[in-house]
Amino acid sequence: MVLFVLLRLLPGDPANALVGVGATPEQIAAARQQVGSDLPLTSQFLNFITSMARFELGNSFVSKAPVAGEILDRLSVTVPLTLLAFTLAVVLAVPLGILAAVRADRWYGVAISTVSQLGLAIPVFWVGILLVTVFAINLKLFPSGGYPRQGWADPMDALRDLALPVLTVGIVMASSLLRYVRSATQDVLDSDYLRTARALGSGHLEALVRHGIRNGAVPVISILGIELASTFLGAVVVEKVFALPGLGSMLLLAISQRDYPNVQGVLFTSTLLVLLIGFAADVIQRLVDPRLRDRSTGGVP
Amino acid sequence: MTKTNFIGGLTRRQFGTRAFFASAAMMAMLAVSPAVLAQATAVIEIGSLYEPQNLDNTAGAGQGINEAFNGNVYEALFTLTDKGTVEKGLAADYSVSDDGLVYTFKLQSGVTFHSGDPLTSADVKFSIERVTAEASKSSRKKSLSTITKIETPDDQTVVITLSERSISLPYNLSYVWIVNDAAKSLTDAEDGTGPYKLGEWRRGSSLALDLAPKYWGTAPTNAGVVFNYFTDATALNNALLTGAVDVITSVQSPDALSQFKDNAGFTVTNGQSTTKEVLAFNDRVAPFDNVKVRKAIARAVDKKKLLQSIWGDYGTLIGSFVPPTDPWYVDLTGVDPYDPESAKALLAEAGFANGFSFTLDTPDYDPHPVVAEFLKSELAKVGVTVDIKIITANEWYTKVYQAKDFQATLQEHVNHRDIVFYGNPDFYWGYNNPQVVDLIKQSESAATIDDQNAKLTEANKLIAEDAASGWLYLYPQIVVSASNVSGYPINGLNSQFYAANIVKAAK
Repeated sequence: MVLFVLLRLLPGDPANALVGVGATPEQIAAARQQVGSDLPLTSQFLNFITSMARFELGNSFVSKAPVAGEILDRLSVTVPLTLLAFTLAVVLAVPLGILAAVRADRWYGVAISTVSQLGLAIPVFWVGILLVTVFAINLKLFPSGGYPRQGWADPMDALRDLALPVLTVGIVMASSLLRYVRSATQDVLDSDYLRTARALGSGHLEALVRHGIRNGAVPVISILGIELASTFLGAVVVEKVFALPGLGSMLLLAISQRDYPNVQGVLFTSTLLVLLIGFAADVIQRLVDPRLRDRSTGGVP
Repeated sequence: MTKTNFIGGLTRRQFGTRAFFASAAMMAMLAVSPAVLAQATAVIEIGSLYEPQNLDNTAGAGQGINEAFNGNVYEALFTLTDKGTVEKGLAADYSVSDDGLVYTFKLQSGVTFHSGDPLTSADVKFSIERVTAEASKSSRKKSLSTITKIETPDDQTVVITLSERSISLPYNLSYVWIVNDAAKSLTDAEDGTGPYKLGEWRRGSSLALDLAPKYWGTAPTNAGVVFNYFTDATALNNALLTGAVDVITSVQSPDALSQFKDNAGFTVTNGQSTTKEVLAFNDRVAPFDNVKVRKAIARAVDKKKLLQSIWGDYGTLIGSFVPPTDPWYVDLTGVDPYDPESAKALLAEAGFANGFSFTLDTPDYDPHPVVAEFLKSELAKVGVTVDIKIITANEWYTKVYQAKDFQATLQEHVNHRDIVFYGNPDFYWGYNNPQVVDLIKQSESAATIDDQNAKLTEANKLIAEDAASGWLYLYPQIVVSASNVSGYPINGLNSQFYAANIVKAAK
């Protein structure tokens, strides 16, 4: 409903993408009829609701291609990009975050925190442009953008093209993640149970590994869920910088052309995926922390 | 003008390379020059900002489909060459009746579509009717409205009957792709007669054209081309810098040129475009219904400075809507030269001694917002206040083009030979000079090309005298390529980009 209203509030008409300067009024009228923008808003809304209820995403106004098929194509870029960047961020952020917390008094602990603060402050596209300048234009190690025509038919090709985008998103994501890991670890370090464990004879590291990580992980997992979802949604910027045919660039083009079926399809898919990610994060939290599990089954805490 | 010197169609560098390899080959008693082999097997990577939205030019695919498909995948009865001349294409020959109303075309023989079907007159009839059909989104539909009947007496003959003379018919037919009448879907597939057939197509990224197996004409000098699409001009330039693409069809960011100019690795060509940056007034409404006001505005703007600030040394100043590549071009830049004092005097005569203010609907993409700011500061000097309103391209089409609800606007007009818009009083800018309307109408029914040219030249002069719109400048058409790549079109008329003659020499 919100989606429907917001889209129609934009000035313009989806039929405009089909005709150009030089078109006659009859041609414009025919184009509007074809996309249904000549119908009253109420019947447009009814059509929208019925097709949504049937999970029918329809065909694009402009390209005429089925929306669902194109979304699947685009997901084969955006999903690997998001997941790889996410993995890279976790691999970077978790050990560094723990290190920064445990060694907060050493110079490298401070250095890690400072660098991550910097990573938070700079925008994604700027990191992207920087990486392109260094690794693509000067060193010529990676392509500056684009995506193989055959997609994943040659995985090495696809990975080469995704290297810089993944690095870009991964670095920025790691910066914010690192700060959560660091503060979660600090909480754990200050906790009573860790002091007790150490009093019972565990070493510092052993106590942290046996008791700390599991406890510290709970808040971090929920943050991970949110980060993953926002990376997925935020891929639009990095896709533009690197000319990737992902979901984000599809959305951007669809909005500028008022291609309602495409916009609705992309937003529907991303909402679904974000909900799924949230759900997965919840499930994992429960697996990690038995207390949450008990509560969810109605048991006494 | 190109930076490289051409020797019989080859650049000096290639000539040298070829000559070297040729002599080496002769010495080695080999039959084929390895350099020629290297060229014919190279796939050319083309970078472009204009991705087609679908594959059908009658279904709103945008200018990108003309770039990728005209002359490459689809051919027409006539071909608009890069020089602007109209030559015979799939029409081997044609004749016109004395009254100019009946055209008889003989088709080339031995032409087959990519699907294997032979080209017949029925396909031509089908193809023309696709453009004139009710559902057609073609911007050229109107120009074919004089066609009343298409007959196919035999497989090789097409007879077109017109309601009135139409001297531009061959030219207009150069836009009509000849498609197989048995083709099923043309928005996501093709069936043309061109030297290339559609290969792998990934929306949002690239479109490959592979060699068509049995091409009736001269085979391309490369092994195929790939159009790589970018939405960001910087990303496109980076792709050329890193060797991911071999050539950029049209550079739209003047700042980027410094990376390629004076760099031995790249060739920058400066061709003729047909894209005009236009300050279009709504000639129906006050104060722009007054010729004096329009002329005053034309004289108040230092267009030379504007062009210099946007494109540096590139681009051309124009005194009307007609670019030098149109046959009815005359230099009219002297009609309303830059002269703020006379602009003020004209405004006073028109009753605006204290100036006035107007809203300028400005599309939100380059270069319009910058141009709008420039106009604002120039016009402020003669007492005219510009209120800049930024709108999206889509909104422009609804508000300005359809509803004609505007005072003045900026727009880039891309088409070749589009002076005819001034002959349509219902066009968005509402220019209505009966003499011009008449001349443009008569020019189409002219008996000879000379007569047509004379009438349109006359109309051209009249619209300049009337300052029907503000013609700010003609865009440059800049193609940049790696220096071992050549043979591409440099003028980009109607966004076409014939790929068959592109060669890539071994570095």
